[in-house]
Amino acid sequence: MTNPNNATISTIHLAEFTSGHALQIPTLRVLADDGTVFPGAKEPELSKETALRMYHSMTFIRVLDERMLAAQRQGRISFYMQCLGEEAATVGSAAALDEEDMIMAQYREQGALRYRGFSLEQFMNQLFSNEKDLGKGRQMPVHYGSRDIHYMTISSPLGTQIPQAAGYAYAQKLRGKANVTICYFGEGAASEGDFHAGLNMAAVHKAPVLFFCRNNGYAISTPANEQFKGDGIACRGVGYGMKAIRVDGADILAVYQATKLARDYALANNEPVLLESIAYRLGAHSSSDDPSGYRSKEEEELWRKNDPVARFRLWLLNKGWLDDAADKAQIEGLRQEILDALKVAEKVAKPGIEHLISDVYAEPIPELERQLSELKEHIRKYPEAYPITAGRML
Amino acid sequence: MAKMNMLQAINNALDLAMAKDDGVVCFGEDVGHFGGVFRATSKLQEKYGKDRCFNTPLTEQGIAGFANGMAAQGMKPVAEIQFADYIFPAFDQIVNETAKFRYRSGDQFNVGGLVFRTPYGGGIAGGHYHSQSPEAYFAHTPGLKIVVPRDPAQAKGLLLASINCPDPVIFFEPKKLYRASVGEVSEEYYEIPIGKAEVMQTGTQVTVLAWGAQMEIVQKAVEMAQAEGISCELIDLRSILPWDVDTVVASVKKTGRLVINHEAPLTGGFAGEIAATIQKECFLHLESPIMRVCGLDIPYPLALEKEYVPDHLKTFEAIKASVNF
Repeated sequence: MTNPNNATISTIHLAEFTSGHALQIPTLRVLADDGTVFPGAKEPELSKETALRMYHSMTFIRVLDERMLAAQRQGRISFYMQCLGEEAATVGSAAALDEEDMIMAQYREQGALRYRGFSLEQFMNQLFSNEKDLGKGRQMPVHYGSRDIHYMTISSPLGTQIPQAAGYAYAQKLRGKANVTICYFGEGAASEGDFHAGLNMAAVHKAPVLFFCRNNGYAISTPANEQFKGDGIACRGVGYGMKAIRVDGADILAVYQATKLARDYALANNEPVLLESIAYRLGAHSSSDDPSGYRSKEEEELWRKNDPVARFRLWLLNKGWLDDAADKAQIEGLRQEILDALKVAEKVAKPGIEHLISDVYAEPIPELERQLSELKEHIRKYPEAYPITAGRML
Repeated sequence: MAKMNMLQAINNALDLAMAKDDGVVCFGEDVGHFGGVFRATSKLQEKYGKDRCFNTPLTEQGIAGFANGMAAQGMKPVAEIQFADYIFPAFDQIVNETAKFRYRSGDQFNVGGLVFRTPYGGGIAGGHYHSQSPEAYFAHTPGLKIVVPRDPAQAKGLLLASINCPDPVIFFEPKKLYRASVGEVSEEYYEIPIGKAEVMQTGTQVTVLAWGAQMEIVQKAVEMAQAEGISCELIDLRSILPWDVDTVVASVKKTGRLVINHEAPLTGGFAGEIAATIQKECFLHLESPIMRVCGLDIPYPLALEKEYVPDHLKTFEAIKASVNF
């Protein structure tokens, strides 16, 4: 018999609900708080070189976040968002990918970006929206993107990248590429309609995409228990007919292992996989936010002990791959390096006036050319009012 | 009277509306305990309980659809969309549902009492996802009313009128002025009628028209023009839909000239609609072409925001060009 409803018919004769929490998804943990591997867990095969690249990406982001939030407080940049508490989730997942796998992130995934090789100068140029910024100074700080390293430019509207990732991965498949797309989003963004659209389409059209949900407990002020009533986000994957896995997001070995497994499966089967990382957004939502209005210091302190960087560091020390003193010196050096790069980037000129109208279309339409020439004429009349562009116009 | 900034005036209006009518309910992303990311709904949950002021999941289409449903039942939802830039997932619910509820049902159902509050506009280094002025998209939708206040007193009176309006209203709040605009506001309940412009200053040579956050910018331009001996009539449109054709026509018939300013891009902006109507109604009175001082036809930029915005200097130049045509 055909099954026009595409639903399993296993008959019962007395009415009975299936509970909303019938399915409870386990959480993968590999690395214990003391830096040892749990008995029964499998340590992923990581070369020393890769492990150190992961660690250095985490510490880089930790120091960058600290320094740039301070720069925002000093009024040197307009806005900032930290990755604090989610370094393992973003770096560990990126490390499990091929360098040519596409990354479509939300906005708090600088760990993945750094792992891919985004340079300190590139970070700074974007944060200062100067003329060397790959995005030509058009977006708020932290809206990074780089075609060269397969990192789609960030868009602020939430969840929009989810169905796009399905489409991108589908196109990778049609083009015969041995690559997947990873799509990061928060548990808050998973409430957007685009989440449903994206996961359903990826499943139906068999797109090799890894949906990576960073469940960090808060969407700005809204706690996860006011965001959804299901068991986390991972259980939804099952509803869409896809594989799902939940990991401790502060455990970089678990994140790495889960993502590797998901990638291999997605590529071999042309299917999406939903991953859920359980971590805590230790910082504010952004530099515009003050969490003291919606959560306690005690809660934050409790989670601060669950430091993903410290845990991985212990593992590296146990392995003898990291030297304590050298590491501390390296981090000190990094602080200076970041400060130096900041000072350089803030002095670089803003993009020229021609970049107001470039890239709206492949070529500026005549109306835009007309508007630009009118604007230039106006600026020549009042050069003191437009210090960024006046004096630099041809 | 009390000194209030725009956020306090909005909060005060919501407080009065909720006290007056238990059908008024406020919700949106972070609107509950936290009181909204800008704190417009501060303390309302404390005062009226979690049933009447609450956080929603992060879904604008959900918020709008939920609001439609509540309003159809007869309550008065005041739904916040955190930034006007994020209203677009709700576009279908607003354009195809909110706007057409009454019409499609032959007036059996309606969503009167529904208000979407949303901060709009630039000047906060927000780039293209925290600065847009999307009023024109909605102005193309019969069935909606659209209101934009310029100061605290207006924000309060217009918001109370919106909540009390038998039609659904989109209430665009100039976020640049949330804390910057401070003024004397009556603590009593009062309404300012929707659809009525305000002539802020009378003049004889040119009518200068804007709304919301652009009012303070055009005011500055008008002062510059007056210093050069140009007599300007200054009008705050206040409502985009319906807009007060009569007041603008009467003014332009007197002055013979019109300069319209808005922050949204020129092409397809609401100034075009105004210009078309005014040239029809005032054709024989016009002394010069109607001027539009608007954003460029580009996404709202970041580093070059100053260059993009229709500022006082561009407006001043347009006033002079209009008078000296």
